[in-house]
Amino acid sequence: MMASSYNAKDEDGHITVSGPGGGTLRSKKPENTAFKQQRLPAWQPILTAGTVLPAFFIIGLLFIPIGIGLFVTSNNIKEFEVDYTGVDMSSPCFNCSQNFSWNSTRPCTCTIPFYLDQPYESNVYVYYGLSNFYQNHRRYVKSRDDSQLNGDVNSLMSPSKECEPYAFHENKPIAPCGAIANSMFNDTLELFYNDPNGTRIPIPLNTTGIAWWTDKHVKFGNPGGNPNLTAAFQGTTKPVNWRRPVYELDADPGNNGFINEDFIVWMRTAALPTFRKLYRIINKKSSMVPTLPRGNYTLEVVYNYPVRSFEGRKRVILSTISWMGGKNPFLGIAYITVGSVCFFLGVVLLIVHHKCGNRNNSADISN
Amino acid sequence: MARESEEPGMAKTSKVKRQRKKKPKENKTRTVHANLLYDNAKGEENPNRNYANNKIKTTKYTVLSFLPKNLFEQFHRFANVYFVFIALLNFVPVVNAFQPELALAPVVFILSVTAIKDLWEDYRRHRSDQEINHMDCLVYNRAERRYVERYWKEVRVGDFIRLRCNEILPADVLLLSSSDPDRLCHIETATLDGETNLKQRQVVRSFFDLDCDFDPLKYNGIIECEKPNNDLNRFRGYIIHRSGQRDALYKENLLLRGCTIRNTEEAVGIVIYAGHETKAMLNNNGPRYKRSKLERQMNVDVFWCVIILLVMCLFAAVGHGLWMFQYGDKRPVFDVLSPEGTDLSPIMSAIYLFLTMIIVFQVLIPISLFVSIEIVKICQVYFIHQDMDLYDEETDSHLQCRALNITEDLGQMQYIFSDKTGTLTENKMVFRRCTVAGVEYSHDANARRLAMYQEMDSEEEDCTSHGGTLPRRDSVTSHQSARVVLRSQSTKSHRRTGSRAEAKRASILSKHTAFSSPMEKDITPDPQLLDKVNECSSQMDFMRFHNQPMSQLPSDLADIIDFFIALTICNTVVVSSPNQPRQKVRMRFELKSPVKTIEDFIKRFTPSRLTSGSNSSSSSSLITNRSSNRGCSSLLSSPSAESTLTKLDEEQPPRGLEHSFGPVPPCYNGKAWNLEDGELRYEAESPDEAALVYAARAYKCSLVGRLPDQVTVELPHLGKLSFELLHTLGFDSTRKRMSVVVRHPLTDQITVYTKGADSAIMDLIKPPDTGSSKGKRQKKIVSRTQNYLNLYAADGLRTLCIAKKILSKEQYACWLQHHLQAETAIQGREELLFDSALRLETNLQLLGATGIEDRLQDGVPETIASLRKAGLQIWVLTGDKQETAVNIAYACKLLDPEEEILTLNADSQEACALLLEESLHYIQAKFLCSSTDQAAKAFHSNFAPFEIYPSSSPSSSSHTTPFTVLRLGLVIDGRTLAYALDKSLEDKFLAVARSCRSVLCCRSTPLQKSMVVKLVRNKLKVMTLAIGDGANDVSMIQVADVGVGISGQEGMQAVMASDFALPRFRYLQKLLLVHGHWCYSRLANMILYFFYKNAMFVALIFWYQFYCGFSGSAMIDQWYLIFFNLMFSAFPQLITGTLDKDVSAETLQQLPQLYVNGQNSEEYKPYMFWMNMIDAFYQSLVCFFIPYFAYADSDVDLFTWGTPITTLALLTILVHLGIETKTWTWMNWLSIAFSTALFFTVALCYNASCPTCYTPSNPYWTMQRLLQDPLFYLLCVITPVAALLPRYFYRACQGTLFPSPVQVGRQLDKLPTETRRNILSLSRVKAGSALSPKPPFLSLSKPSPKGCNKKDQRSFPSSETSQGPALQTDEQGQRSPLGPADSNKGPLDLYTIVPTEKDTLPYTKDTPKLPGEPRPPSTKDSECLGKTLEASDVSLSGWITSTPLLSQTGSVQLNLPPAQCVKYTRNSDQRLKSDHSVHPAQRTEQGAEQSLHTTL
Repeated sequence: MMASSYNAKDEDGHITVSGPGGGTLRSKKPENTAFKQQRLPAWQPILTAGTVLPAFFIIGLLFIPIGIGLFVTSNNIKEFEVDYTGVDMSSPCFNCSQNFSWNSTRPCTCTIPFYLDQPYESNVYVYYGLSNFYQNHRRYVKSRDDSQLNGDVNSLMSPSKECEPYAFHENKPIAPCGAIANSMFNDTLELFYNDPNGTRIPIPLNTTGIAWWTDKHVKFGNPGGNPNLTAAFQGTTKPVNWRRPVYELDADPGNNGFINEDFIVWMRTAALPTFRKLYRIINKKSSMVPTLPRGNYTLEVVYNYPVRSFEGRKRVILSTISWMGGKNPFLGIAYITVGSVCFFLGVVLLIVHHKCGNRNNSADISN
Repeated sequence: MARESEEPGMAKTSKVKRQRKKKPKENKTRTVHANLLYDNAKGEENPNRNYANNKIKTTKYTVLSFLPKNLFEQFHRFANVYFVFIALLNFVPVVNAFQPELALAPVVFILSVTAIKDLWEDYRRHRSDQEINHMDCLVYNRAERRYVERYWKEVRVGDFIRLRCNEILPADVLLLSSSDPDRLCHIETATLDGETNLKQRQVVRSFFDLDCDFDPLKYNGIIECEKPNNDLNRFRGYIIHRSGQRDALYKENLLLRGCTIRNTEEAVGIVIYAGHETKAMLNNNGPRYKRSKLERQMNVDVFWCVIILLVMCLFAAVGHGLWMFQYGDKRPVFDVLSPEGTDLSPIMSAIYLFLTMIIVFQVLIPISLFVSIEIVKICQVYFIHQDMDLYDEETDSHLQCRALNITEDLGQMQYIFSDKTGTLTENKMVFRRCTVAGVEYSHDANARRLAMYQEMDSEEEDCTSHGGTLPRRDSVTSHQSARVVLRSQSTKSHRRTGSRAEAKRASILSKHTAFSSPMEKDITPDPQLLDKVNECSSQMDFMRFHNQPMSQLPSDLADIIDFFIALTICNTVVVSSPNQPRQKVRMRFELKSPVKTIEDFIKRFTPSRLTSGSNSSSSSSLITNRSSNRGCSSLLSSPSAESTLTKLDEEQPPRGLEHSFGPVPPCYNGKAWNLEDGELRYEAESPDEAALVYAARAYKCSLVGRLPDQVTVELPHLGKLSFELLHTLGFDSTRKRMSVVVRHPLTDQITVYTKGADSAIMDLIKPPDTGSSKGKRQKKIVSRTQNYLNLYAADGLRTLCIAKKILSKEQYACWLQHHLQAETAIQGREELLFDSALRLETNLQLLGATGIEDRLQDGVPETIASLRKAGLQIWVLTGDKQETAVNIAYACKLLDPEEEILTLNADSQEACALLLEESLHYIQAKFLCSSTDQAAKAFHSNFAPFEIYPSSSPSSSSHTTPFTVLRLGLVIDGRTLAYALDKSLEDKFLAVARSCRSVLCCRSTPLQKSMVVKLVRNKLKVMTLAIGDGANDVSMIQVADVGVGISGQEGMQAVMASDFALPRFRYLQKLLLVHGHWCYSRLANMILYFFYKNAMFVALIFWYQFYCGFSGSAMIDQWYLIFFNLMFSAFPQLITGTLDKDVSAETLQQLPQLYVNGQNSEEYKPYMFWMNMIDAFYQSLVCFFIPYFAYADSDVDLFTWGTPITTLALLTILVHLGIETKTWTWMNWLSIAFSTALFFTVALCYNASCPTCYTPSNPYWTMQRLLQDPLFYLLCVITPVAALLPRYFYRACQGTLFPSPVQVGRQLDKLPTETRRNILSLSRVKAGSALSPKPPFLSLSKPSPKGCNKKDQRSFPSSETSQGPALQTDEQGQRSPLGPADSNKGPLDLYTIVPTEKDTLPYTKDTPKLPGEPRPPSTKDSECLGKTLEASDVSLSGWITSTPLLSQTGSVQLNLPPAQCVKYTRNSDQRLKSDHSVHPAQRTEQGAEQSLHTTL
């Protein structure tokens, strides 16, 4: 404060000398720049019916074709869905579904026949779908240890507290720890094509390529450099609900342990309580033969996963995909709707513009 | 040498500090001993050790205390506590929602930003402290027996310091010695109070007779004085000498820290108060913190946000409880047990979840809002500072914002309380005319001269720098060189030469001497009076020569000479001569200090002394040299004077003593004086004083020197006369007068000259003794003078009365005794002195009166007119007398000659009550009558369409009351005001006052001013602005919501107290209308946007709760969630909040009506908050459910789904801002692009940085994958469009169907300049309808009853249409714009325009005539009207082009009521040609209109 008052005095005395034709009086005069005078060149759109009309029409005209395109694309995707929860008495899996214990040792198998009325030409993706399964529950989502899954040995033996209460079992660290891993989907699905001549041809299901590449190669990793997974997981125990330890998930060493793709897929928690997860891929064999020809099929399910306790549903979905993913007509419809609404509003505005644009007391400026 | 001693010095001071803590002194007084006595015994025995040393520390923190102290201060803000609480809540495992460390981030960020700001400020303070502490000064050192250089911080109480000219005082110093022969020291107090005139300070009396070589070693006094206090104008104490003699100390003895020594070679003093105990430091108080109206409103909505938050949390908690409950005992796998493995009951989980949700939804309370508002306000202040239009070239000053946080209040003002003098007027007091002894001297030539200045002023010339140099004041040490320079550009006649550059330079120069612009200085004397003065003085000269008693002088001539003497000496003006800048004119005739003791009096006024005095009276006009003083003084007073006989020999050639006593002819040295005469500078504290002194000088009666004890006057023929100044009874606002008591050198009588307000003086005039002829004459003089006073006041002049009184010696002795008692009293000295003055100022003899003109500042009437149009009520509160004030009010268009004026002058409470009652009845009656014959009035020609008072329009009166503002002016005087402000009457007073268009309070005291402001502010609940320039406005400025100070002529006190300081009143227009409007609308929009943004973002998560079992899960990565506000969406809104302009500055100033926008808080009404909330919820629904359905039943995972939602929300929020942005500069584009880019960059980096970190989302490679997904882009396109469709549509419809006045203003902005000017000039005609905030089509149908004053042209009764020709102009119409000056033309305006139109533009002859049948205005009718108009417009647009939106043609239509339709059509091709051809569009228009009328 004192200082500033001294400064003020100082400035007071600043009557700077200017010789004839020389410099100017140094003053406190503000600079005359566009910025400081708030006169920056600017675009000043005024929102009136007249000025926004084009925008509405343009949006309308753009969105409707896009929407139609999307809708058509989505409709071209073939999708087939079977619910095998077994809620219904008539359902083949009804019996299996009655047994809702996680640790029942007796496998229960059920067979579901179905008929595809059109051939699936390209690669077919086999999904399992769960409903009413809140994989996005706050505590559930957190219940994992990413370091452990990445193969960190320390975390393997002492899982993070986030995994509690699924971190230790009988004083042994659980690998993989946490509720997500613990509740891993463990039904086994097999698909058979019922040849018109009566034979059941098993359809080869690809177990790899279903997880994100980055997940499999960067995020997830088996502990140590030890190729022998049994040794690597020495001293850990399997999650409570699992039947097999993690190193016995698959015979293929490239798909076993933490980098088992079914496991990785499961660990990517779904966003919504009704979700599907990629289970297998049926690769297209040749361009001549459809991947899945029209006909009868049988789905054989080893029913392990209890969902009836929380009113859950289990489905199997066969689907082809396009550039925009799976079958979902919503986006197309949305585009068409928004486009139409825009167009309609555009028309309304046009009327408003013509009726009121010039009538009201204001000045209305087009352009 | 000084440096070496620094270390021990420091140690010592720290020791002192410690001791002070141990033994706090409880005494009521402070005792100061000289340090020299205790120099050896360092701290312990030094009695001064307990006083603060001179080291100042204005910093708040030290290195150690910074963190705790700063945090403590920051937690005073409730919001911060809230955010910290939430962050800490995260550490509780059961409820935690985010990573606790991460959740701390925003709050730590906000806190650290503030802390860094504080730290930086503190560092700057530290730096300046350091600088100040290390300034040098001379301190006496006992060891070296001389003054040595020391740092300021080493100065301690009790030190002797030597001060040299132009040095700044390091501490409060008691002046003990001065090189000045009169024992004076001049200081400039500009840094304390901004007053640039010199002040005199005196050496303590007991040291008065010491000569300059004051030896500190011989000093042996002990000073007892007050404890440190912050009253700059008070200092009491006494000094006790070893002899036991006590001497009183006054404020005149104290030199204050921060002042500058001027005109004094050297001064020595002892430090009394040092460092933080100095008065200057105690007066420093930090900037004021005010909370603006907008912020108060915002806080209400923050509170609503909290409620919304709690409701949402509660909802989620209940939902969660139910969700848990539905599973019963069978816990599903995904419902994870608590970490301990225990099972929570649904109720417990619900409670925990409630807390969790508070954390998740915390973003709803915008953490960055407060910081952003601060930032935006700082930027706004910066821009206001930078505005060239608010820069005053003449004083080289621009607007200062002293309060940083109430800029937006400027846009919401409703009442302005203005001071008059110096605020509306220039405060350049110019002597205009006078009356002496009942004879009026009109000074016509002077009037002509003033008129000429007025013309000069109006022609603005460009200021280009000419040659010539200006010396820096400080640098002028060599008088000779400076003299040349100053001469070369004497300030005398630059105005006449007309060069503005010179004028400017001169005004800068004259800043050194306040109130000395040439206008004020060059007074043309009235020849008649001049003759009389000459005659009189020659007679006196003659008489003196012949030793005749002066009483023989004819009484009218005696009065004249007394009058001028009074003008010259009855003041506190200090004389300096410019060729020695700030060098006081050193002249001394005789040394006599003011009478201070009875003995002194007796000594001086013993008969023998008086006879010898009469002898010496002839010699008293002599110029004697300084040695003679000494001779005299040694004769008279102290024996110690001997020792003072030195020093001056250095300055002046020694002269023999015999010389000094010898009578010297009056012409002695006279030539030299004449030469310099014109260059004497008068440094006055008030402009009136200066004006009067300059006026007297014009009559050759000039003040040439002033010392504490004598005044020297030069009179024609008589030469220099020196009056012994016995007392000066200073001016105060209660007495409203000042007096001097002098001994007249010619008559040797003790004379009191009094000058003061006429009301004050007239009551004190001695009742004339009607018997004698003299008494009759007196009576005549009094009555005549009173007449002239009334005349002057009617002319708007400030009047002052001059009176005198001759005291007999006995009377004087009697009075003096009491006075001396009063002076020496310690308790209640002020009151006693006041009483003493009252006793003296009685039975005066009236000499005459003066009329001083105080010109209106440039642009005041225009500013007032435009502020009033902006809906502001302007009250003027002035201390001036009623007549003057009323006349000034007329001059500045505050009062209108056409309006009625209610004048309230009451003598008692009852009378006042009665008056108010009557006025109220009158107003009600008037209101009733006005509403009934409104229709009739509108029929008659007397509608005055220019007069638009938005405050009276029904739409804008929402903030006030049903009261209508009538065409009434209220004038109330101070006494009545005092009654009216009484509790019992204040409501009535307000009721009357608010119905009046203008209110004028005269003769009001500072306290009353502030009471009025407070009353209006509190009772009417309106925003008030007080503007003033002087110390008397300070209280008013402080009370008002916004205080504005004018940094004018009267020092800086008002400025110091103000929130904004303006150089001129007229800048208020731009400050309020433009900057106020901008600041308000920017900030209001930004706050609304903030609420919207946060609500929209949070609602996304809320919707998600329905799909995650109300578990508090968020699909948005917590990093995005937390940094969304701080980083991704922060910049564009800051840019928009800082730079957005809804309407251009020009339009805002030309259409003051747009200001109503802010007054009514149109930009931010409570419902708007809810509208924004609803919109936010809608938008979030769209942003949530479009991705929801797009990804429904897919294999998308939580965060791969959440990231697009974040992106969509960001895009939607940015585009939303785009819709709300009115002005797009490159910075807006850049900021939006930057925000988007920043989000993607951060997301990409974040998603690529660590594959295992960032639990739980672990978003490795998510964004990268999304960017390869076409679905993502499709979502990005459709969602913002769908989300913003309603708002966009609404805005478009609003812009067309019911545009707000501001939008109309924006549309005007887009027009080419010329067209706009024409429209604006026309829009004054109809601004009321076009710009009324109501939807115009409603106003069309509105039937007429309105206030009388509101001339409603919207609903013209049709009968006038028969005579009312349609005013049809094209934009090339060469009509001069109707300025506000035309606003009083009243009824004829529209009709007068038309003929001229017809003359100049022949093609307007085909103006359609309207059918004459009466058409009562009705809703139905106007609808029908509207329809037909639509039809016509369709045809019009059809003519222009089939698709209007693509056409090059702009068409502007300002619809007046059917009879007066103004249409502007611009066609870019035909614009120029159309001058001489009938515009096709116009034809079409006319055709359309004709068809319309036929259909009707």
